[in-house]
Amino acid sequence: MNQLATEASLAMSMENRKRRRRGRLRKNWHLYAFVLPTVLYFLVFHYFPAYGLVIAFKNYKVSEGIWGSAWTGFEHFERFFDSYYFWDLIRNTMGINIYQLALFPIPVIVALAFNELSNGWYKRFLQTVTYAPHFISTVVICGMIISFLNPSSGIVNQIIAGFGGEPISFLTEPGWFKTIFVVSGEWQRFGWGAILYLAALAGVDPQLHEAAKIDGATRLQRIRNVNIPSIMPTIVIMFILNMGDFMTVGFEKIYLLQNELNLKTSDVIQTYVYRSGLLQAQYSFSAAIGLFNSLINLFMLVMANRLAKRFSQTSLW
Amino acid sequence: MKESTFDRLFVYFNHLFLFLLLVSVLYPLIYVTSASISDPVAVNAGRMWLFPKEVTWEGYQRVFRDAEIWIGYKNTILYTLLGTIVNLLLTIPCAYALARKDFAGRNAITLFIVFTMFFNGGLIPTFLLVKSLHMVDTVWALVLPQAAAVMNIIVSRTFFQMTVPRELEEAAEIDGCSNLRMFVKVVLPISGPIIAVMALFYGVMHWNQYFNAMIYLKDRDIFPLQLFLREILVSSEMSAAMQTGVSDLEAMEAQARIAEIVKYSVMIVSALPLLVVYPFLQRFFVKGVLIGSLKG
Repeated sequence: MNQLATEASLAMSMENRKRRRRGRLRKNWHLYAFVLPTVLYFLVFHYFPAYGLVIAFKNYKVSEGIWGSAWTGFEHFERFFDSYYFWDLIRNTMGINIYQLALFPIPVIVALAFNELSNGWYKRFLQTVTYAPHFISTVVICGMIISFLNPSSGIVNQIIAGFGGEPISFLTEPGWFKTIFVVSGEWQRFGWGAILYLAALAGVDPQLHEAAKIDGATRLQRIRNVNIPSIMPTIVIMFILNMGDFMTVGFEKIYLLQNELNLKTSDVIQTYVYRSGLLQAQYSFSAAIGLFNSLINLFMLVMANRLAKRFSQTSLW
Repeated sequence: MKESTFDRLFVYFNHLFLFLLLVSVLYPLIYVTSASISDPVAVNAGRMWLFPKEVTWEGYQRVFRDAEIWIGYKNTILYTLLGTIVNLLLTIPCAYALARKDFAGRNAITLFIVFTMFFNGGLIPTFLLVKSLHMVDTVWALVLPQAAAVMNIIVSRTFFQMTVPRELEEAAEIDGCSNLRMFVKVVLPISGPIIAVMALFYGVMHWNQYFNAMIYLKDRDIFPLQLFLREILVSSEMSAAMQTGVSDLEAMEAQARIAEIVKYSVMIVSALPLLVVYPFLQRFFVKGVLIGSLKG
């Protein structure tokens, strides 16, 4: 009797579950329609070009298409590795990134400094102003750089002349390129970059600060022992994401600041891909260089994630 | 508790540090604004260093007289509107579906989308694709290749996970409300903030970008503003309307003199819409970043 009842209820619940699943599919039909256009977009404009990278191993001809062109194996990669500009490109790309990485702590320091201010109009004003450069377009930023650094009429050289110095032709001097690029980038980024850390700082338990105060900790000690450890996970995540872009530099901006005279230090992998690929139509060769670049990025991301996991228990996956 | 001397010193230095930061950001912005309405002779000689000297509107007059600036402005507004609408259509419904716990396959689809952030075809294959789709020299080359951004989908998904209560969905379900009806009648009315944030993020991206236009557009009639700006600011080319017309030595000197003021004026003109609305919209932008930080 008892067993019969259980069996019956079991059968009923199975029937129910089946009906519910069928119902769910029918019910969620709309949800699939919601994601379909987006999935199609990523398929066409991201996955298809990823597949298109096979031209890196082929001799791509427009008339023969991606699949019809003849295989060449690693020929394009070898040509790139053996070319005389290979080490220049690597040195410039990595040099700019290491320079940027060295400035990685600036938004953290800015956030810590903001956090010491009491809330009020001055703090809001500071934030509004320092976020603003983030919204200026690359073209306008480069226009500002070019005008400010003009050897005769630029404000920077006027200041140098005011102190009795010789004017410097910053943009045609290869030695200055990396500094100009990285410092102007930081000017645009540090305020906006601080927002994330400010949010993390807002989440710090005030009791920790109270306890530290009772123990006689100074403000600086509280920053070091309470604030920084609390936002460490955010810092680590941002650092990993940064590493994932290790070989990617804002090449839209580099391209605008580049000229014949500073090419020695301003030519990076991506600007080279643009020139050889789109201006000289060497599609396969440039695709090979692009693939090489993406693979290094992926490798750096995975490595940074693994290191972070080992040393700080925070990671992307 | 009384602050120690060390702490007071620290607060003092902190204020000094932040003030220097403020000046470093504000000074270039004020300089550009002042230079755009100052006599170029004063600017080039270094007599103008903060406030406008010998005010003149010549720069703006020349910029506004230039037909191409207006063409660029019109095109940029059009591309920004169209691009942003497509972005929202592809971002908001998708993000909502991915936020639903009862949506089978949500994890697989999320992974499918996020993966493209870490590996994709890059410049050359994308260019060849756009070319083979016959989108070169059309609006679509600026709109479709950037129809959605992974980060923005993730941010919107997090928003829906946090704000749409499960009970609301269940209640609507019991009432026999379909998902589409529920999205339109229940979800959209409470998603104002995220739609505003996304429209701003995407809108700024479209307004400011030049690179895709540079590689995909050849016809000057459909150039966005940033491409004309690039010619004036970076390549130092000026159109006939901005030049003085006569080409003797004196005129060329006058033209060189005028070149800088035109540059400063055009910077302000291009950034004006954003500068005007930015202080009011700032909290929306910040909100977007904050939602993004909750679940990266």
